[in-house]
Amino acid sequence: MSYILFQVTLLAYILATAAYMVYFWTQRNDIRTAARGIMIASGLLHTLYIIVRYFEAGHTPLTNHHETISFFAWSVTWGYLSFHWRYNVRNFGSFVSPVVTILMLIATFSSREIIPLPPALKSAWLPVHASIAIMANGFLALAFCGGIMYLLQERELKKKRFGLFYTRLPSLDALDNLNNHCLAVGFPLLTLGIITGSIWAKQAWGTYWQWDPKETWSLITWLLYAGLLHQRFTVGWRGRRAAIMTIIGFLAAMFTLWGVTYLLGGAHSYVG
Amino acid sequence: MSAEKIMILGVNHKTAPVEIRERLAFSNDPGTPYREIAVIPGCEEFCFLSTCNRVEVMFVSSTPAETERKIRDFLFNQSMSYDEAGKYVYLHQGEAAIEHLFRVGASLDSMIVGEPQILGQLKQAYRDATEQNCTGMILNRLLHKAFSVAKRIRTETGIGSSAVSISYAAVELAKKIFGNLKNKRAMLVGAGEMAELAAQHLMNQGVAEVVVANRTFERAVNLARCFNGKAVSLQELIPQLGQVDIMISSTGSPEIILHSSDVKPLMRQRRNRPLFLIDIAVPRDLDPKLNDLDNVYLYGIDDLNSVVDINKAERDKEAVRAGRIVTEETLKFMLWLGSMEVTPTIVAIREKADAIRKAELDKTLSGMAHLSDREKQAIEKMSSAMMNKILHHPIVYLKKEDTHKDKKVKLAMVRKFFNLDPDNSE
Repeated sequence: MSYILFQVTLLAYILATAAYMVYFWTQRNDIRTAARGIMIASGLLHTLYIIVRYFEAGHTPLTNHHETISFFAWSVTWGYLSFHWRYNVRNFGSFVSPVVTILMLIATFSSREIIPLPPALKSAWLPVHASIAIMANGFLALAFCGGIMYLLQERELKKKRFGLFYTRLPSLDALDNLNNHCLAVGFPLLTLGIITGSIWAKQAWGTYWQWDPKETWSLITWLLYAGLLHQRFTVGWRGRRAAIMTIIGFLAAMFTLWGVTYLLGGAHSYVG
Repeated sequence: MSAEKIMILGVNHKTAPVEIRERLAFSNDPGTPYREIAVIPGCEEFCFLSTCNRVEVMFVSSTPAETERKIRDFLFNQSMSYDEAGKYVYLHQGEAAIEHLFRVGASLDSMIVGEPQILGQLKQAYRDATEQNCTGMILNRLLHKAFSVAKRIRTETGIGSSAVSISYAAVELAKKIFGNLKNKRAMLVGAGEMAELAAQHLMNQGVAEVVVANRTFERAVNLARCFNGKAVSLQELIPQLGQVDIMISSTGSPEIILHSSDVKPLMRQRRNRPLFLIDIAVPRDLDPKLNDLDNVYLYGIDDLNSVVDINKAERDKEAVRAGRIVTEETLKFMLWLGSMEVTPTIVAIREKADAIRKAELDKTLSGMAHLSDREKQAIEKMSSAMMNKILHHPIVYLKKEDTHKDKKVKLAMVRKFFNLDPDNSE
């Protein structure tokens, strides 16, 4: 049941991405409406999948790689849709939907086997810590997309060669604001993710912080974003520099998510 | 009269670099060309147009080739040989010359297609030429026609909407950088129609304030009044830049007025708020290196043109329509030139008189149904005889051999007498 539901969700995301790509090329409004509709439908299907998975597993489906990445994709989707409701950023969907699809494809090829929960993870903190941390990644991913868009638009403006992006992308100001707003949500979530993780660690392992590679890297990620926000508020860092920092920060976050698990090991390794 | 007598010799932004164009501008004594060209043998009529993008001499000559040679030598002031100068000039004769002039007047040949200044400059050139008694019947009509063609193209095609292209492009870019122009401040440095147009355009888009800086403070004050803005002196330029977001520069300064090193420390003070600099001065006012600074966007006139090029397909369509109008009007003018010969004029007079005669005859006879066919024929015969007798002397007068110049005057006068060119505005 959940297997088919996931495949259908993936298909819906691929369709949404294709529609957004066509919209990006043609800029036809009817296609945009269709793309948005498919995206919302995909998000709803995805939510349904997570609920079904919850009942199948008997615990919050955030324990293996498949579940984590799927939830990550879900956060990006709903983060995007929630922004859509508040700000209108032209063609943002064309950048976000491929990211979601890539995440979903990664989730597809990961093992979907439901493994019994290891004793260390049996805690009320699991859904809280894991979901907050992944949702933070979702907003950071949105900021990353905004950063890429900013760099593309600014490149055309600086080089004065007006190609595909100049007319399609929103103004630099709008993209910079988008970056700011995504971080304004993503950074507190990231902070909260680290705090809840640390409280849980105290309960599970008896210490708040043990310099486990995942902890270290999430701290590095946190410091990168904290540095960016600090500079933004004090000397008004913005634009290109902020966009580059957002991209670097996101790469660090992704390293925390994957690189640490596969390259460095450590206490968090059972996740994934 | 033969169209081949009409010629245009010129250089423009496409054929010659600015150093060459400057040399032909006669800016120190604008009267020189009128005195010098007027005495060139064979040159019957001429008009001299000089703008920053073009220098053109349009002339009518009975010996076009020789006159052209003399005019070219005069223009280049013997600084380069006739053939060497040929690399930079274009030469149009007859129909091509007429078409070229129409295109120039309608701003189809301008650097910024559709820009409105050229028509005014052409009108001024014509006014100067008439004051110096340099124009005659042909150029008078040709130039007036050029003005009306330009007006027609402006109203019938969208070429004029890209007219404001530079300022339009500036606003478009500002929107891509700032999103919304409300609460943004613009500064206008120097003066000039294009810069003022851009400032006006920004105002219309809701820019909060326009600051005007000028070398002469008085001029700044006057200009600031147009924009409800404030005036500052040029010395305040750099401190002012801390507060404005958009700067349009078009001073006549031969040197760069704003260096990259002036702005770099400002950006910290501005908390890196973006700065959009537009340089429409030639030679340029702003250091090209400014564009390398973070959050500073520097655009020169050529860059703005490339923005305009995005809407090129649309404008090309308008240009094609404008081109059709030019072709049509050129043909009409060629017809008029052809009519300036004796025979077509006589035919035209006869046709006109005959049309009147027939119309009056029909009117009269329709109320006289009782007349027999023979009587009707007699009346018709009488009217023909009257017409021929009245026209006899004017036609003999027209056919009489005359010198070239007298013939032209004679033709023009007779055509006017009989109102053969009703749209003739002179």
